[in-house]
Amino acid sequence: MALLDVKDLKTSFKTDDGIVQAVDGISFSVEKGETLAIVGESGCGKSVTCMSIMGLLPRQNTVHSGQAVLSGRDLLAMSSDDLRQVRGTDVAMIFQDPMTSLNPVHTIGRQLREAIEVHENVSKQRANSRALEMLRAVGIPRAETRLDDYPHQFSGGMRQRVMIAMSLINNPDLLIADEPTTALDVTTQAQILRLIKSLQNDFGSAVIMVTHDLGVVAEVADKVLVMYAGKVAEQGDVDEIFFHPNHPYTWGLLNSLPRLVVHGGELRPIPGTPPSLLHPPPGCRFHLRCPHRMDVCSVEVPPLEPLSTNPGHHVACHLTEEFRRQKADELAASMLAQTS
Amino acid sequence: MAEELLVVEDLEKHFPIKRGIIFQKEIGRVRAVDGVSFVVNKGETLGVVGESGCGKSTMARCVMRLLDPTGGKVVFDGQDITHVNRRDMMDVRKKLMMVFQDPYASLNARKRVGSIIGEALEVHKVATQAEIKRRVQELLDVVGLNPEHYNRFPHEFSGGQRQRIGIARALAIRPKLIVCDEPVSALDVSVQAQVLNLLKQLQRDFDLTFVFIAHDLDVVQHISDRVAVMYLGKIVEEAQGHALYERPLHPYTGALLSAVPVPNPVVARQRRAVVLEGDVPSPINPPAACRFHPRCPRFQQGTCDVNEPQLEPKDGDQQHLAACHYPLEGWPLPDLRLPSTAASA
Repeated sequence: MALLDVKDLKTSFKTDDGIVQAVDGISFSVEKGETLAIVGESGCGKSVTCMSIMGLLPRQNTVHSGQAVLSGRDLLAMSSDDLRQVRGTDVAMIFQDPMTSLNPVHTIGRQLREAIEVHENVSKQRANSRALEMLRAVGIPRAETRLDDYPHQFSGGMRQRVMIAMSLINNPDLLIADEPTTALDVTTQAQILRLIKSLQNDFGSAVIMVTHDLGVVAEVADKVLVMYAGKVAEQGDVDEIFFHPNHPYTWGLLNSLPRLVVHGGELRPIPGTPPSLLHPPPGCRFHLRCPHRMDVCSVEVPPLEPLSTNPGHHVACHLTEEFRRQKADELAASMLAQTS
Repeated sequence: MAEELLVVEDLEKHFPIKRGIIFQKEIGRVRAVDGVSFVVNKGETLGVVGESGCGKSTMARCVMRLLDPTGGKVVFDGQDITHVNRRDMMDVRKKLMMVFQDPYASLNARKRVGSIIGEALEVHKVATQAEIKRRVQELLDVVGLNPEHYNRFPHEFSGGQRQRIGIARALAIRPKLIVCDEPVSALDVSVQAQVLNLLKQLQRDFDLTFVFIAHDLDVVQHISDRVAVMYLGKIVEEAQGHALYERPLHPYTGALLSAVPVPNPVVARQRRAVVLEGDVPSPINPPAACRFHPRCPRFQQGTCDVNEPQLEPKDGDQQHLAACHYPLEGWPLPDLRLPSTAASA
C-alpha cells in the first residue's frame, strides 16, 4: 500500500465572480521514503493540492471532492480535531517564505517546543532537548544559544532550516515542501536541498516537493507530476519525464530553460499565458497555447493514459504516441548535448 | 575599436551606522559596494551576478545616481556623472534608463499604463501630447502588448505583462544604456523566456547596451556577452560569458556554478557539487584580506587571510580576470573537502 494515495482530488473556490476550479481531478501516489516533485507554473494548482491534502484551506467557500489517503486514513474525510492530530506528526509542511510561517514574537525554542507539546505529553526539559537535537540536525551552529533567538535574528537560509527542524521534529512519514528554496540564493538552495535529502535518509520520510524549477526536480525527485491549469499533464519517473517527455507543455517548459539552449541561441517559450480557472477553455486546457493542437483538442478533454512503452508514465494528450515519441527524442538529444 | 559607453572606477557605497540621539556617532559602516571597476562597451550586455547582499543592486543604483556613491567614479557616454547635480542629471537620464525587478511595485498603481510609459517623454518635453500617445502605442506593440490597452491600469495585467510595460517605459526616451535589475526573477520560467527573447530583440532593433543584473546564472549566461561575479561588495571574477561558465577561475564562481541545479537527472545524480558551508558574512565587518577566505576550499593560511588579491588577468588571458591567489585549476572540479563553518560577521 502506498504511503499517500490521492484519488481524483478536486478543489474549487466560490468567489464573487463564480467558481474557480483550482484543482480538477488529480490522482497520484507517494511511496514510503520516495520524493515526488509536483512541477508547474503559477496558478497551476500545485500549492492548492498540497493545502487540500493538509486540510489548510478555509472551510467556507472551499469545496473538496476525492480522497487523500495517508497510511490508510482519508485526510479529506477527517474531522478538524483528527486532522490536527495528524498534522505535525504524520504529515508536515514547509512553506516558501519562512518569515511569514514563523511567529515573529516567539523564540525559535518556544516554537519548536510547541510543535512537540501540541502532540505529546512531555516535560519542558525533554521538549527542549529534542528541539536542540533538531536544530543541530539541521546544521544551525551554536544551537544552544540560538534556541532563545527570534526569527528575525536568523538569515533566510537559517530560518528555512528552522522550519525544516519544526516540521521533522515529530518524525512525520510525509513532508510536503511548497517551494522551500524559491526565495533563497542558489548556494543556500543547494545547502537546503542537501539537508532535506540527508534528513530524508535519516528519518525515512517521503517528500512531496512543489517547485517550478526543473533543475530542482532533476536534483531531488524520484517521480514527477507535471501540472497545468488544475490538471495533470503528465506524470512518471524522473528519468522518463526528462528523457521521454510526452506532453507539449513539458516540451514548452524544457524549451524555456536557458541552460538547455545553445549559448546565444533563441529560447522557444510557450506563447501566451495560462488560462483563467474561472472559465477554463473547453477540451484540453492547454490547447490554446499548443503548437500541435488539432480540432479534437478544443472539444474533448484528453484522458490521462499510460504509455504503451512504459505503463508507469501517464500522459493526457490527444497526439499520437509515435508523434510524441519522436518529439521527445529530438528534445532529449539536444538536452543531453547541452548538459553533459 | 569598441566604444566605452559606461566606465566605473573604484565605485564605493558605504552606509554609515550611527548611534546616539542628539550627537550621532558613526559606529560602523555597511560596505555594500567596496571598490568596483568595470567597463561596458556600446552594444554589449554586461551581466552582473551574485547572491543577496553582494552589492549588485546597490551598485546599479549608484550608476543610475539613484544613490550617491561615497567614493569612486562613474563615467557615462564620456561624461563624469558621479557628482553631477540633479538638474544636470536630467539630461543624462534621457540616455540612461532602468528596468526594475518587482513588476508589482515598480509601476504606479494609480496611473494608467499609457501615462506610465509616456511619463519620460512628457517630463523631458520631447514630444507633443498627440505624439506621445502615438509613440506609447508603438512601444506597447514593440513589447508585444495590445496598443489598445493604453488606458488600462497595471493591476489589469499579469506579472510578465507588467514587466513588458516596465521595459516599454525604459525604452520610451530611446536611451543608450538600460540597467536591468533582476528583470525576470519574479517571473515563471516560460514568461521569463518570453521577456529574455524580447530584450535581445530590442537590443538589436534599438541598438541598446545593457547592464543585466541577476542571481540566476543560467539566465545571465544566456543574455550576456561578459559576466562579472560579485561577492561582498567586490567583483571577484570577470570574463566573457561562455569562458566564465566553461572555465571559472574563482572558487566562489565555481561554488555558484556547481550549486545551480542541472535539469538533467542523470548528471544531477553523478555530480559532485561544491556546497559552501554557512552564510555570507555581513558587509559591515567583512573578513580581512580576501573576503571569501573563510569559506574557500582553496584557502591557504598566510596568504589569503593576509593579502587581498587584486582583480587581474589570469592564465595569460587578458579577457578573463579573477581576484584570487589560488584560482581553480580545472573544471569540473574533483571532489573537494571544505572547511567547516562560516566566518564571523
